[in-house]
Amino acid sequence: MQTSRSALAKGLRDQSPLILANIPFGIITGAATISAGVDPLLSMAMSVIMFSGAAQLAAISLMAQHAPGGIVVLTVLVVNLRMMMYSAAVAPYFRHTPKLRKWLFAYLLTDHAFAMVTTKFDKHKVPKHIDAYYIGVTGAMWCGWQASVAVGIFAGTLVPAKWSLDFAIPLVFLSLVLPALQTKNHWAAAITASVAAAFCTPLPLKLGLIAAAVTGILVGVWSERRSLARTAANTGAKA
Amino acid sequence: MSEISGLGAWLTVIFAGLVTLCIRASFIVMPPDTEVPAWLTGSLKFVAAAVLPALIAPDVLFRDAAPGDIFNAYRIIAAIAAAAFALKTKNTLGTLVVGMAVLWLLMWWRPF
Repeated sequence: MQTSRSALAKGLRDQSPLILANIPFGIITGAATISAGVDPLLSMAMSVIMFSGAAQLAAISLMAQHAPGGIVVLTVLVVNLRMMMYSAAVAPYFRHTPKLRKWLFAYLLTDHAFAMVTTKFDKHKVPKHIDAYYIGVTGAMWCGWQASVAVGIFAGTLVPAKWSLDFAIPLVFLSLVLPALQTKNHWAAAITASVAAAFCTPLPLKLGLIAAAVTGILVGVWSERRSLARTAANTGAKA
Repeated sequence: MSEISGLGAWLTVIFAGLVTLCIRASFIVMPPDTEVPAWLTGSLKFVAAAVLPALIAPDVLFRDAAPGDIFNAYRIIAAIAAAAFALKTKNTLGTLVVGMAVLWLLMWWRPF
């Protein structure tokens, strides 16, 4: 990464396997948006404006059930809250980035971009050409994502509704969440949230998702505090 | 078929995009060395673990259940198979293929 050009190239190279892995997710997102009844132009605009597959899928499932706009926005907020954690993690790398470019970089921030930047570089030894590297990583991801969503939008108009293609949405979410459940506390949050979501389904205005997610998060935090307290008590007893 | 369009839907999408941008921008645009409060990192790490299962559960359990049934047994079975595959391989495409294949098999076979 001697020059900004080589940094850009390295970013593109590092990201390419992940772009391939994301193609099915993009196609499903496009196809599911169409089969939920969103008009093709708005489907593509959603993908460009939000640039977030999970949030788009959550939003269309609510919009298809005629939830009020405010609830859709609130749900997208909850689904994307995790990105605040990514924002905090990558912030030290963009200390010297111009203000306006920071907003562009924020728009391009994804799970993969966060993982790439924080695992490849030390935040105390940020390379000079980090901006070019980031543009390589996220620009490639952005183009790959929009192209695969466009393919999905086109394909989605051809798939009959009775094929139950919408089942692909929970399947994608399953494959995203299961490997991330790394501790007992994460499992506690996940199980609580699913049970709560099942019971909250009849809640008015489609508020069930938000209620269930908040319950799950609280149980995760509580479970972690309890296990920390227990560890502390154990070490105290030994000493 | 396209029933979701019009000004209201566009405004919803634009606001959803703005909210997403603000979340992503939060710490990036704050002055350098802003400390992240401990309670916030403590709760944020459970967001994905709670939100995704809350999205999954109603879609798998109840969606498209047969008339008179509360649960959709085919979807539940297909999701269990897909979950087992996801836990073993961590492969998104494979999980998708296993889940859809089991669902289509059950819908075609109609064992119960």
